[in-house]
Amino acid sequence: MSACIEVNGLTKAFHGRTVVDGLSFQVQTGEVFGLLGHNGAGKSTTIDLLLGLKKADRGCGTIFGMEPGKNRKRVFERVGVQLQSSNYQNNIRVDEICEQKAALYENPADYHELLKFFSLEQFEKSQVNKLSGGERQRLSVALALINHPEIVFLDELTTGLDTAARRDVWKRLKELKEKGTTIFLTTHYMEEAESLCDRICLIKDGKKVIEGTVKEVIENSPYENLEEAYLWYMGEEVAQ
Amino acid sequence: MKRFLKLYSIEQKLAFRSCDMLIFGVAMPVGVLILISMIAGNKMAGEGYTYLESSFASLIAVGICAAAFMGIPLIIVDYRDKKILKHFFTTPCSPMWILGSDVLCCAVNAILSAVAVSLVSVVFFGYQMRGSIPGFIGAWFLTMIAMFSIGLLMASLCKTVKAANAVTSLVYFPMLFLSGATIPYELFPEGLQKVASVLPLTQGIKLMKAVSMGIQTDSVWKIVVLLVSITVICSAISIKTFRWE
Repeated sequence: MSACIEVNGLTKAFHGRTVVDGLSFQVQTGEVFGLLGHNGAGKSTTIDLLLGLKKADRGCGTIFGMEPGKNRKRVFERVGVQLQSSNYQNNIRVDEICEQKAALYENPADYHELLKFFSLEQFEKSQVNKLSGGERQRLSVALALINHPEIVFLDELTTGLDTAARRDVWKRLKELKEKGTTIFLTTHYMEEAESLCDRICLIKDGKKVIEGTVKEVIENSPYENLEEAYLWYMGEEVAQ
Repeated sequence: MKRFLKLYSIEQKLAFRSCDMLIFGVAMPVGVLILISMIAGNKMAGEGYTYLESSFASLIAVGICAAAFMGIPLIIVDYRDKKILKHFFTTPCSPMWILGSDVLCCAVNAILSAVAVSLVSVVFFGYQMRGSIPGFIGAWFLTMIAMFSIGLLMASLCKTVKAANAVTSLVYFPMLFLSGATIPYELFPEGLQKVASVLPLTQGIKLMKAVSMGIQTDSVWKIVVLLVSITVICSAISIKTFRWE
Protein backbone atom coordinates (compact mmCIF):
# COMPACT_ATOMS: atom_id res chain seq x y z
CA MET A 1 0.00 0.00 0.00
CA SER A 2 1.12 3.52 -0.68
CA ALA A 3 -0.04 6.84 0.73
CA CYS A 4 -2.21 8.87 -1.64
CA ILE A 5 -2.81 11.70 0.83
CA GLU A 6 -0.07 13.15 3.01
CA VAL A 7 -0.54 15.91 5.54
CA ASN A 8 2.47 17.41 7.30
CA GLY A 9 2.32 19.92 10.12
CA LEU A 10 -0.80 21.63 8.77
CA THR A 11 -1.55 24.80 10.74
CA LYS A 12 -4.18 27.49 10.28
CA ALA A 13 -5.35 30.34 12.50
CA PHE A 14 -8.36 32.63 12.04
CA HIS A 15 -8.27 35.97 13.85
CA GLY A 16 -5.57 34.73 16.22
CA ARG A 17 -7.41 31.50 17.09
CA THR A 18 -5.59 28.37 15.93
CA VAL A 19 -8.14 26.08 14.30
CA VAL A 20 -5.80 23.47 12.86
CA ASP A 21 -2.61 22.98 14.84
CA GLY A 22 0.37 21.05 13.47
CA LEU A 23 -1.77 18.24 12.08
CA SER A 24 -0.01 15.33 10.32
CA PHE A 25 -1.40 12.07 8.95
CA GLN A 26 -1.35 9.83 5.91
CA VAL A 27 -4.11 8.06 4.02
CA GLN A 28 -3.27 4.82 2.22
CA THR A 29 -4.64 4.00 -1.20
CA GLY A 30 -7.85 1.97 -0.98
CA GLU A 31 -8.67 2.59 2.66
CA VAL A 32 -11.53 4.40 4.34
CA PHE A 33 -10.04 7.07 6.57
CA GLY A 34 -12.14 8.92 9.11
CA LEU A 35 -11.32 12.30 10.64
CA LEU A 36 -13.24 12.49 13.91
CA GLY A 37 -13.86 15.28 16.36
CA HIS A 38 -16.45 17.54 17.97
CA ASN A 39 -18.21 20.27 16.04
CA GLY A 40 -15.66 23.03 15.60
CA ALA A 41 -12.68 20.71 16.13
CA GLY A 42 -11.27 21.76 12.75
CA LYS A 43 -12.44 18.89 10.54
CA SER A 44 -13.89 20.98 7.73
CA THR A 45 -11.00 23.44 7.87
CA THR A 46 -8.59 20.50 7.53
CA ILE A 47 -10.44 19.39 4.38
CA ASP A 48 -10.43 22.96 3.02
CA LEU A 49 -6.67 23.24 3.62
CA LEU A 50 -5.95 19.82 2.18
CA LEU A 51 -7.97 20.60 -0.97
CA GLY A 52 -6.29 23.97 -1.37
CA LEU A 53 -9.53 25.92 -0.78
CA LYS A 54 -7.79 27.80 2.01
CA LYS A 55 -4.12 28.62 2.37
CA ALA A 56 -2.32 27.02 5.28
CA ASP A 57 -0.25 29.23 7.59
CA ARG A 58 2.30 26.44 7.93
CA GLY A 59 2.71 22.89 6.71
CA CYS A 60 1.12 21.37 3.66
CA GLY A 61 -1.13 18.66 2.36
CA THR A 62 -0.57 16.73 -0.84
CA ILE A 63 -2.79 14.43 -2.88
CA PHE A 64 -1.01 12.04 -5.27
CA GLY A 65 2.13 13.95 -4.27
CA MET A 66 0.77 17.24 -5.62
CA GLU A 67 -0.53 20.34 -3.88
CA PRO A 68 -4.15 20.67 -5.06
CA GLY A 69 -4.09 24.48 -4.90
CA LYS A 70 -1.25 24.54 -7.43
CA ASN A 71 -2.32 21.59 -9.62
CA ARG A 72 -6.08 21.94 -9.61
CA LYS A 73 -6.67 20.53 -13.06
CA ARG A 74 -4.56 17.42 -12.55
CA VAL A 75 -5.67 16.66 -9.00
CA PHE A 76 -9.39 17.23 -9.37
CA GLU A 77 -9.80 15.11 -12.49
CA ARG A 78 -8.99 12.22 -10.09
CA VAL A 79 -10.65 13.40 -6.88
CA GLY A 80 -14.35 13.74 -6.00
CA VAL A 81 -15.52 16.11 -3.28
CA GLN A 82 -18.70 16.63 -1.31
CA LEU A 83 -18.48 19.63 1.02
CA GLN A 84 -20.50 19.99 4.20
CA SER A 85 -24.10 21.27 3.85
CA SER A 86 -23.87 22.15 0.20
CA ASN A 87 -26.89 23.02 -1.88
CA TYR A 88 -27.91 23.21 -5.48
CA GLN A 89 -29.42 25.82 -7.78
CA ASN A 90 -33.13 26.57 -7.37
CA ASN A 91 -35.45 24.57 -9.64
CA ILE A 92 -32.65 22.34 -10.93
CA ARG A 93 -33.58 18.75 -11.80
CA VAL A 94 -31.55 15.65 -10.95
CA ASP A 95 -30.62 14.96 -14.57
CA GLU A 96 -29.61 18.60 -15.09
CA ILE A 97 -27.29 18.76 -12.08
CA CYS A 98 -25.72 15.48 -13.22
CA GLU A 99 -25.19 16.76 -16.76
CA GLN A 100 -23.78 20.02 -15.48
CA LYS A 101 -21.32 18.27 -13.16
CA ALA A 102 -20.34 15.81 -15.89
CA ALA A 103 -19.58 18.70 -18.26
CA LEU A 104 -16.73 19.76 -15.96
CA TYR A 105 -14.64 16.63 -16.51
CA GLU A 106 -12.67 15.09 -19.37
CA ASN A 107 -14.08 11.57 -19.04
CA PRO A 108 -17.22 11.62 -16.94
CA ALA A 109 -19.12 8.50 -15.92
CA ASP A 110 -22.55 7.71 -17.32
CA TYR A 111 -24.69 9.37 -14.68
CA HIS A 112 -27.61 7.03 -15.36
CA GLU A 113 -25.54 4.17 -13.97
CA LEU A 114 -24.57 6.20 -10.93
CA LEU A 115 -28.19 7.08 -10.25
CA LYS A 116 -29.07 3.40 -10.53
CA PHE A 117 -26.25 2.45 -8.15
CA PHE A 118 -27.70 4.86 -5.59
CA SER A 119 -31.32 3.82 -6.35
CA LEU A 120 -32.19 7.26 -7.64
CA GLU A 121 -33.08 6.41 -11.23
CA GLN A 122 -36.80 7.06 -10.69
CA PHE A 123 -35.99 10.64 -9.63
CA GLU A 124 -34.09 11.55 -12.78
CA LYS A 125 -36.65 14.18 -13.83
CA SER A 126 -37.48 15.33 -10.27
CA GLN A 127 -36.38 18.62 -8.83
CA VAL A 128 -33.46 18.24 -6.45
CA ASN A 129 -35.14 20.25 -3.68
CA LYS A 130 -38.14 17.88 -3.71
CA LEU A 131 -35.93 14.91 -2.71
CA SER A 132 -35.84 13.68 0.88
CA GLY A 133 -32.73 14.25 3.00
CA GLY A 134 -31.44 10.72 2.41
CA GLU A 135 -32.08 10.85 -1.32
CA ARG A 136 -30.30 14.18 -1.57
CA GLN A 137 -27.27 12.87 0.32
CA ARG A 138 -27.12 9.82 -1.96
CA LEU A 139 -27.30 12.20 -4.91
CA SER A 140 -24.43 14.25 -3.51
CA VAL A 141 -22.26 11.12 -3.27
CA ALA A 142 -23.28 10.16 -6.81
CA LEU A 143 -22.22 13.63 -7.99
CA ALA A 144 -18.87 13.32 -6.22
CA LEU A 145 -18.31 10.09 -8.18
CA ILE A 146 -19.11 11.44 -11.62
CA ASN A 147 -15.44 11.70 -12.64
CA HIS A 148 -14.56 8.09 -11.61
CA PRO A 149 -12.46 9.47 -8.74
CA GLU A 150 -9.69 7.48 -7.10
CA ILE A 151 -10.30 9.39 -3.85
CA VAL A 152 -13.58 10.84 -2.55
CA PHE A 153 -13.84 13.42 0.21
CA LEU A 154 -17.10 13.35 2.12
CA ASP A 155 -17.58 16.01 4.78
CA GLU A 156 -20.23 15.12 7.40
CA LEU A 157 -22.22 13.34 4.82
CA THR A 158 -24.80 11.75 7.10
CA THR A 159 -25.41 14.61 9.54
CA GLY A 160 -29.15 15.17 9.84
CA LEU A 161 -30.18 11.83 8.35
CA ASP A 162 -32.35 9.30 10.18
CA THR A 163 -30.89 5.92 11.10
CA ALA A 164 -32.31 4.04 8.12
CA ALA A 165 -31.14 6.64 5.61
CA ARG A 166 -27.69 6.75 7.23
CA ARG A 167 -27.28 2.97 7.05
CA ASP A 168 -28.36 3.06 3.45
CA VAL A 169 -25.59 5.56 2.64
CA TRP A 170 -23.08 3.37 4.52
CA LYS A 171 -24.04 0.36 2.44
CA ARG A 172 -23.27 2.24 -0.79
CA LEU A 173 -19.97 3.53 0.60
CA LYS A 174 -18.91 -0.02 1.51
CA GLU A 175 -19.67 -1.17 -2.03
CA LEU A 176 -17.63 1.74 -3.29
CA LYS A 177 -14.72 0.75 -1.09
CA GLU A 178 -14.84 -2.79 -2.45
CA LYS A 179 -14.32 -1.30 -5.89
CA GLY A 180 -11.05 0.15 -4.61
CA THR A 181 -11.98 3.80 -4.09
CA THR A 182 -10.16 5.58 -1.30
CA ILE A 183 -12.62 7.38 0.98
CA PHE A 184 -11.76 10.30 3.26
CA LEU A 185 -14.66 11.19 5.52
CA THR A 186 -15.35 13.35 8.52
CA THR A 187 -18.05 12.51 11.01
CA HIS A 188 -19.03 12.91 14.61
CA TYR A 189 -21.00 9.67 14.71
CA MET A 190 -18.87 6.96 16.30
CA GLU A 191 -20.99 4.08 15.00
CA GLU A 192 -20.41 5.45 11.51
CA ALA A 193 -16.65 5.43 12.03
CA GLU A 194 -16.82 1.91 13.51
CA SER A 195 -18.87 0.57 10.66
CA LEU A 196 -16.97 2.17 7.79
CA CYS A 197 -13.44 3.21 8.65
CA ASP A 198 -10.26 1.19 8.35
CA ARG A 199 -8.35 3.84 10.22
CA ILE A 200 -9.39 6.91 12.15
CA CYS A 201 -7.75 10.06 13.42
CA LEU A 202 -9.24 11.87 16.40
CA ILE A 203 -8.67 15.60 16.60
CA LYS A 204 -9.39 18.08 19.35
CA ASP A 205 -8.94 21.85 18.99
CA GLY A 206 -7.15 21.21 15.72
CA LYS A 207 -4.56 18.87 17.28
CA LYS A 208 -4.23 15.15 16.71
CA VAL A 209 -5.17 13.10 19.79
CA ILE A 210 -4.68 9.60 18.38
CA GLU A 211 -4.53 7.84 15.04
CA GLY A 212 -4.93 4.15 14.22
CA THR A 213 -7.38 1.39 13.42
CA VAL A 214 -10.66 1.46 15.34
CA LYS A 215 -9.41 -1.54 17.37
CA GLU A 216 -6.13 0.16 18.25
CA VAL A 217 -7.90 3.33 19.31
CA ILE A 218 -10.25 1.41 21.62
CA GLU A 219 -7.47 -0.77 23.08
CA ASN A 220 -5.42 2.27 23.90
CA SER A 221 -8.22 3.54 26.17
CA PRO A 222 -9.71 2.02 29.32
CA TYR A 223 -13.02 1.41 27.54
CA GLU A 224 -14.62 -1.27 25.41
CA ASN A 225 -16.35 0.66 22.68
CA LEU A 226 -15.44 3.55 20.43
CA GLU A 227 -18.00 6.01 21.75
CA GLU A 228 -16.75 5.77 25.32
CA ALA A 229 -13.14 5.69 24.18
CA TYR A 230 -13.77 8.78 22.06
CA LEU A 231 -15.23 10.71 24.99
CA TRP A 232 -12.30 9.64 27.13
CA TYR A 233 -9.81 10.89 24.51
CA MET A 234 -11.71 14.13 24.27
CA GLY A 235 -11.24 14.54 28.01
CA GLU A 236 -14.89 14.29 28.92
CA GLU A 237 -16.70 12.36 31.61
CA VAL A 238 -17.97 9.01 30.43
CA ALA A 239 -21.44 8.42 31.92
CA GLN A 240 -21.68 4.95 33.38
CA MET B 1 -16.09 25.51 -25.31
CA LYS B 2 -18.62 22.71 -25.75
CA ARG B 3 -18.46 22.05 -22.03
CA PHE B 4 -18.96 25.73 -21.21
CA LEU B 5 -21.99 25.83 -23.51
CA LYS B 6 -23.46 22.80 -21.72
CA LEU B 7 -23.04 24.57 -18.39
CA TYR B 8 -24.52 27.75 -19.81
CA SER B 9 -27.49 26.02 -21.44
CA ILE B 10 -28.53 24.49 -18.11
CA GLU B 11 -28.17 27.83 -16.30
CA GLN B 12 -30.24 29.47 -19.04
CA LYS B 13 -32.96 26.81 -18.70
CA LEU B 14 -33.07 27.48 -14.95
CA ALA B 15 -33.28 31.23 -15.57
CA PHE B 16 -36.27 30.81 -17.89
CA ARG B 17 -37.87 28.31 -15.51
CA SER B 18 -37.89 30.78 -12.62
CA CYS B 19 -39.79 33.37 -14.74
CA ASP B 20 -38.80 36.31 -12.47
CA MET B 21 -36.48 37.82 -15.01
CA LEU B 22 -38.95 37.39 -17.85
CA ILE B 23 -41.65 39.19 -15.85
CA PHE B 24 -39.48 42.04 -14.51
CA GLY B 25 -37.17 42.29 -17.48
CA VAL B 26 -39.38 41.64 -20.51
CA ALA B 27 -43.12 41.67 -19.76
CA MET B 28 -43.00 44.76 -17.55
CA PRO B 29 -41.34 47.19 -20.05
CA VAL B 30 -43.48 45.88 -22.91
CA GLY B 31 -46.61 46.46 -20.79
CA VAL B 32 -45.57 50.00 -19.86
CA LEU B 33 -44.69 50.70 -23.49
CA ILE B 34 -48.17 49.68 -24.61
CA LEU B 35 -49.79 51.85 -21.93
CA ILE B 36 -47.69 54.97 -22.64
CA SER B 37 -48.15 54.60 -26.38
CA MET B 38 -51.90 54.27 -26.05
CA ILE B 39 -52.25 57.15 -23.58
CA ALA B 40 -49.79 59.67 -24.95
CA GLY B 41 -47.65 58.06 -27.65
CA ASN B 42 -47.77 60.84 -30.24
CA LYS B 43 -48.08 63.81 -27.90
CA MET B 44 -45.05 66.04 -27.66
CA ALA B 45 -42.98 65.39 -24.56
CA GLY B 46 -40.40 68.10 -25.20
CA GLU B 47 -39.14 70.20 -28.04
CA GLY B 48 -39.49 68.16 -31.18
CA TYR B 49 -39.96 64.70 -29.74
CA THR B 50 -42.91 62.55 -28.68
CA TYR B 51 -43.56 60.59 -25.52
CA LEU B 52 -43.01 57.38 -27.47
CA GLU B 53 -39.61 58.59 -28.65
CA SER B 54 -38.69 59.62 -25.13
CA SER B 55 -39.97 56.43 -23.48
CA PHE B 56 -38.40 54.11 -26.02
CA ALA B 57 -34.89 54.77 -24.73
CA SER B 58 -36.04 54.41 -21.11
CA LEU B 59 -38.02 51.22 -21.64
CA ILE B 60 -35.28 49.54 -23.61
CA ALA B 61 -33.12 49.99 -20.50
CA VAL B 62 -35.53 48.22 -18.12
CA GLY B 63 -34.19 44.81 -19.14
CA ILE B 64 -30.68 46.04 -18.36
CA CYS B 65 -31.87 47.39 -15.00
CA ALA B 66 -33.52 44.10 -14.00
CA ALA B 67 -30.59 41.97 -15.15
CA ALA B 68 -27.89 44.17 -13.62
CA PHE B 69 -29.42 45.10 -10.27
CA MET B 70 -31.52 42.02 -9.52
CA GLY B 71 -30.34 39.17 -11.72
CA ILE B 72 -26.58 39.37 -11.29
CA PRO B 73 -26.22 40.19 -7.58
CA LEU B 74 -28.99 37.87 -6.40
CA ILE B 75 -27.78 34.87 -8.36
CA ILE B 76 -24.12 35.29 -7.41
CA VAL B 77 -24.82 35.84 -3.71
CA ASP B 78 -27.21 32.87 -3.70
CA TYR B 79 -24.63 30.59 -5.34
CA ARG B 80 -21.97 31.75 -2.91
CA ASP B 81 -24.32 31.07 0.02
CA LYS B 82 -25.11 27.59 -1.33
CA LYS B 83 -21.37 26.84 -1.75
CA ILE B 84 -21.91 26.29 -5.48
CA LEU B 85 -19.01 28.63 -6.26
CA LYS B 86 -16.79 26.96 -3.67
CA HIS B 87 -17.55 23.54 -5.10
CA PHE B 88 -16.18 24.66 -8.44
CA PHE B 89 -12.75 24.91 -6.81
CA THR B 90 -12.89 21.16 -6.22
CA THR B 91 -13.29 20.45 -9.94
CA PRO B 92 -10.81 20.91 -12.78
CA CYS B 93 -12.88 23.90 -13.98
CA SER B 94 -12.62 27.50 -12.95
CA PRO B 95 -15.50 29.05 -10.97
CA MET B 96 -15.32 31.75 -13.63
CA TRP B 97 -17.24 29.30 -15.82
CA ILE B 98 -20.35 29.46 -13.68
CA LEU B 99 -20.03 33.22 -13.10
CA GLY B 100 -19.52 33.74 -16.82
CA SER B 101 -22.50 31.62 -17.76
CA ASP B 102 -24.77 33.45 -15.32
CA VAL B 103 -23.66 36.88 -16.53
CA LEU B 104 -24.31 35.62 -20.06
CA CYS B 105 -27.83 34.51 -19.01
CA CYS B 106 -28.52 38.00 -17.66
CA ALA B 107 -27.20 39.58 -20.86
CA VAL B 108 -29.43 37.30 -22.94
CA ASN B 109 -32.41 38.37 -20.85
CA ALA B 110 -31.59 42.06 -21.33
CA ILE B 111 -31.20 41.53 -25.08
CA LEU B 112 -34.55 39.69 -25.24
CA SER B 113 -36.16 42.61 -23.45
CA ALA B 114 -34.62 45.14 -25.87
CA VAL B 115 -35.73 43.12 -28.88
CA ALA B 116 -39.29 42.79 -27.51
CA VAL B 117 -39.56 46.53 -26.77
CA SER B 118 -38.18 47.43 -30.23
CA LEU B 119 -40.48 45.03 -32.08
CA VAL B 120 -43.62 46.23 -30.28
CA SER B 121 -42.67 49.90 -30.78
CA VAL B 122 -41.95 49.50 -34.48
CA VAL B 123 -44.68 47.02 -35.45
CA PHE B 124 -47.59 48.30 -33.37
CA PHE B 125 -46.83 51.96 -32.76
CA GLY B 126 -44.91 52.89 -35.91
CA TYR B 127 -41.75 53.93 -34.06
CA GLN B 128 -38.88 55.01 -36.27
CA MET B 129 -35.45 55.90 -35.01
CA ARG B 130 -34.11 59.18 -36.32
CA GLY B 131 -30.56 58.62 -35.20
CA SER B 132 -28.06 55.95 -36.17
CA ILE B 133 -29.13 52.40 -35.33
CA PRO B 134 -25.58 50.98 -34.98
CA GLY B 135 -24.75 53.98 -32.77
CA PHE B 136 -27.81 53.24 -30.65
CA ILE B 137 -26.87 49.56 -30.32
CA GLY B 138 -23.39 50.67 -29.23
CA ALA B 139 -24.88 53.01 -26.62
CA TRP B 140 -27.16 50.21 -25.39
CA PHE B 141 -24.27 47.77 -24.95
CA LEU B 142 -22.13 50.40 -23.23
CA THR B 143 -24.99 51.07 -20.81
CA MET B 144 -25.43 47.34 -20.22
CA ILE B 145 -21.74 46.76 -19.50
CA ALA B 146 -21.57 49.73 -17.12
CA MET B 147 -24.70 48.62 -15.23
CA PHE B 148 -23.47 45.00 -15.08
CA SER B 149 -20.24 46.21 -13.51
CA ILE B 150 -22.31 47.91 -10.80
CA GLY B 151 -24.28 44.66 -10.35
CA LEU B 152 -21.04 42.72 -9.95
CA LEU B 153 -19.84 45.25 -7.40
CA MET B 154 -23.07 44.73 -5.44
CA ALA B 155 -22.48 40.96 -5.57
CA SER B 156 -18.97 41.45 -4.21
CA LEU B 157 -19.99 43.75 -1.38
CA CYS B 158 -23.09 41.87 -0.15
CA LYS B 159 -22.03 39.08 2.17
CA THR B 160 -25.42 37.48 2.78
CA VAL B 161 -28.56 36.77 0.78
CA LYS B 162 -30.48 39.03 3.15
CA ALA B 163 -28.13 41.95 2.52
CA ALA B 164 -28.30 41.32 -1.22
CA ASN B 165 -32.10 41.38 -1.16
CA ALA B 166 -32.13 44.69 0.69
CA VAL B 167 -29.45 46.30 -1.48
CA THR B 168 -30.95 45.16 -4.78
CA SER B 169 -34.36 46.60 -3.81
CA LEU B 170 -32.70 49.83 -2.69
CA VAL B 171 -30.91 50.17 -6.00
CA TYR B 172 -33.38 48.62 -8.44
CA PHE B 173 -36.56 50.50 -7.58
CA PRO B 174 -35.18 54.07 -7.51
CA MET B 175 -33.27 53.41 -10.74
CA LEU B 176 -36.41 51.98 -12.32
CA PHE B 177 -38.84 54.71 -11.26
CA LEU B 178 -36.55 57.71 -11.57
CA SER B 179 -34.98 56.81 -14.88
CA GLY B 180 -38.22 57.47 -16.71
CA ALA B 181 -38.99 53.84 -17.35
CA THR B 182 -42.43 53.96 -15.79
CA ILE B 183 -43.30 57.65 -15.47
CA PRO B 184 -41.90 59.72 -18.34
CA TYR B 185 -38.88 61.74 -17.17
CA GLU B 186 -40.34 64.95 -18.66
CA LEU B 187 -43.24 64.85 -16.17
CA PHE B 188 -40.93 65.01 -13.13
CA PRO B 189 -40.58 68.33 -11.28
CA GLU B 190 -37.19 69.92 -11.81
CA GLY B 191 -35.85 68.94 -8.38
CA LEU B 192 -36.63 65.29 -8.97
CA GLN B 193 -35.06 65.45 -12.42
CA LYS B 194 -31.84 66.60 -10.75
CA VAL B 195 -31.94 63.71 -8.30
CA ALA B 196 -32.64 61.27 -11.12
CA SER B 197 -29.71 62.62 -13.12
CA VAL B 198 -27.29 61.42 -10.46
CA LEU B 199 -28.29 57.80 -11.10
CA PRO B 200 -26.00 55.96 -13.52
CA LEU B 201 -28.90 54.34 -15.36
CA THR B 202 -30.43 57.77 -16.08
CA GLN B 203 -27.15 58.79 -17.70
CA GLY B 204 -27.21 55.68 -19.88
CA ILE B 205 -30.79 56.45 -20.88
CA LYS B 206 -29.87 60.07 -21.66
CA LEU B 207 -27.13 58.78 -23.93
CA MET B 208 -29.50 56.38 -25.70
CA LYS B 209 -32.13 59.13 -26.04
CA ALA B 210 -29.64 61.51 -27.62
CA VAL B 211 -28.32 58.88 -30.03
CA SER B 212 -31.79 57.61 -30.96
CA MET B 213 -32.93 61.14 -31.79
CA GLY B 214 -29.78 61.90 -33.71
CA ILE B 215 -28.58 64.61 -31.33
CA GLN B 216 -24.81 65.07 -31.34
CA THR B 217 -23.57 67.30 -28.53
CA ASP B 218 -20.58 67.38 -26.20
CA SER B 219 -22.68 65.96 -23.39
CA VAL B 220 -22.99 62.70 -25.35
CA TRP B 221 -19.24 62.18 -25.12
CA LYS B 222 -19.22 63.22 -21.48
CA ILE B 223 -21.71 60.43 -20.75
CA VAL B 224 -19.65 57.93 -22.72
CA VAL B 225 -16.59 58.83 -20.64
CA LEU B 226 -18.67 58.58 -17.45
CA LEU B 227 -20.03 55.12 -18.32
CA VAL B 228 -16.60 53.81 -19.29
CA SER B 229 -15.19 55.14 -16.00
CA ILE B 230 -18.02 53.49 -14.04
CA THR B 231 -17.24 50.19 -15.78
CA VAL B 232 -13.53 50.39 -15.06
CA ILE B 233 -13.87 51.48 -11.43
CA CYS B 234 -16.69 49.11 -10.45
CA SER B 235 -15.10 46.11 -12.18
CA ALA B 236 -11.77 46.80 -10.50
CA ILE B 237 -13.32 47.11 -7.02
CA SER B 238 -15.54 44.07 -7.48
CA ILE B 239 -12.62 41.90 -8.62
CA LYS B 240 -10.56 43.13 -5.67
CA THR B 241 -13.25 42.55 -3.06
CA PHE B 242 -14.80 39.39 -4.49
CA ARG B 243 -15.09 36.41 -2.12
CA TRP B 244 -15.90 32.89 -3.25
CA GLU B 245 -17.43 32.04 0.11
